[in-house]
Amino acid sequence: MAMKFEKTGEGKYMLDVCGYVCPHPQIYCKKSLEKMAEGDVLEMVFDNPSSAETIVQMLDQAGHELKEKKKEGGKIIFVIEKG
Amino acid sequence: MEDKKSQIWAFIVTGLMILISLIYYKVNVYYIYVVVYIWFGFAYGMMLQYGRFCFASASRDLFAAGVPRMAVGILLGLIFFSLVAAFLTASNMTTFHAGPIGIHEVIGGLIFGVGMVLSGGCASGSLYKIGEGNGTSILAILGISFGQAIFADVGGIFNKFLPKEWVNNALSQTRIPQEKITSWFDYFLVGDVFRKPKMTLDEAGFMSGFHGITKFLLSDAIINTIIPALALILIIYVFYIRKGFLKKRAKQKGGATGFGDELSGIWGMITASKRTSLMGVLIGLTAGLHIFVLKGMQIKFGIFNFGELLERMGHISDLSTNGTVFDPGYWYITTQEAQFGAWVLEKFGWNMHDNVYFGFSNGLPEPWRNPALWMSIGIIFGAMVMALLNKEFKFKVPKGELIAWGLFGGLFMGLGARIALGCNIGAFFIRVAGGDPGGWLFGIGMVGGAFIGVKFFNWWSERKMAKEMEAF
Repeated sequence: MAMKFEKTGEGKYMLDVCGYVCPHPQIYCKKSLEKMAEGDVLEMVFDNPSSAETIVQMLDQAGHELKEKKKEGGKIIFVIEKG
Repeated sequence: MEDKKSQIWAFIVTGLMILISLIYYKVNVYYIYVVVYIWFGFAYGMMLQYGRFCFASASRDLFAAGVPRMAVGILLGLIFFSLVAAFLTASNMTTFHAGPIGIHEVIGGLIFGVGMVLSGGCASGSLYKIGEGNGTSILAILGISFGQAIFADVGGIFNKFLPKEWVNNALSQTRIPQEKITSWFDYFLVGDVFRKPKMTLDEAGFMSGFHGITKFLLSDAIINTIIPALALILIIYVFYIRKGFLKKRAKQKGGATGFGDELSGIWGMITASKRTSLMGVLIGLTAGLHIFVLKGMQIKFGIFNFGELLERMGHISDLSTNGTVFDPGYWYITTQEAQFGAWVLEKFGWNMHDNVYFGFSNGLPEPWRNPALWMSIGIIFGAMVMALLNKEFKFKVPKGELIAWGLFGGLFMGLGARIALGCNIGAFFIRVAGGDPGGWLFGIGMVGGAFIGVKFFNWWSERKMAKEMEAF
């Protein structure tokens, strides 16, 4: 199944895990952030609402900042700055 | 426009459930018993979805992401449920019964724990995720249903691997007709598990000096549930939250931290996900109310099992040879799914009545007369309504690896649930809160299994990302 983790610009990344259910979105989010440098920004797109609650808490505990969250037709988009 | 559509669908689903309830009531007043199961299921579904309440997530998110929200939510649920359960036991208004205590619970829990991580949801979690439109969870429930049904009935070559002691024990007993003891699982049940001790903590010798509500509160609630639950909350805080929290606090204060900061840290952990913690408390209280209402129904109709009402209505073929059907009397998942799987397999000519599990104990009612199966359907529709109201419903067709994870995870959960005689709800949540120390054994196995599952997924996702992702 297709998922994407791409560099979209200087210090900018995109992770698309639409179609994936727990625990995949949270695991891929964590692993993607581990690969990024402090201050880099990740735009994460997923459509599994149950993962959102866990990801928000995971970011808070790890010191990353959730700069934006929005819903677009069943998809959830998080913009995260690595702390 | 999209919002309005979702809301209309939420009303349609709710209306459908009301209509079904009214039809049942109209057909026969005895079906009010089924209606009670439907609506408690519906309530569980709404709460599970709103709180993203999944037992798989409890240990998985803790091990994989260091997030304790779900583990804390479950422990809070246990605490509140145990308090209600103690009052119900003291007033003789309970349907709870302890289960056999033994190593089978740890083994079953371990297999179940691996399965729930693979499929992405526990038994109750998979049902509520179906309500969100999650196709992988449909596969998981199919795996649970057919996996259990087949496991409960297969004998043949598998019976060659039976311990002699189980066979001798099964042959020497007279309670269960010998012609029903045919499968590997039958020998396991009759020759081993049914012989194991059962107890709630209020029956322990050291509690003999206590009476009335004090006895049940002290033993079943405080000692068996609340103290271990609080200890676990503390352990989770120390290992996962404390260091990071105190570091932040010290930075904010510009100096040393004290006991008050520790308490703030624990409270912060409990309230970090308000919706999960709040739903934990509500689910615990609802599970208690569920027991109370069903006991009331049993008293009203003068029965101990719904099979007696089915018999009065003339549906004899639904019953086991024991005259019963599966009617747990409380929140339960898995056996009703096994019955559904067996019912389907019977339509294809597989005899599912020639065993202890269905033939002697639980019966095989038609799905529309199966009270516990209606509870599972209620969970799906309750979660669907909540997801629709929150614009979170989206049908997701499982593709690629998710098909395998869903099916194999479900099969593992089914196998584990049969070995342990229950799942994350029946073998853990209900048993622990009911004062049965055996519930913790399943919990230990389940957490161990989840740990193995997380280790596997960590390895798998690392490998997949390195292979497929450009920026990794």
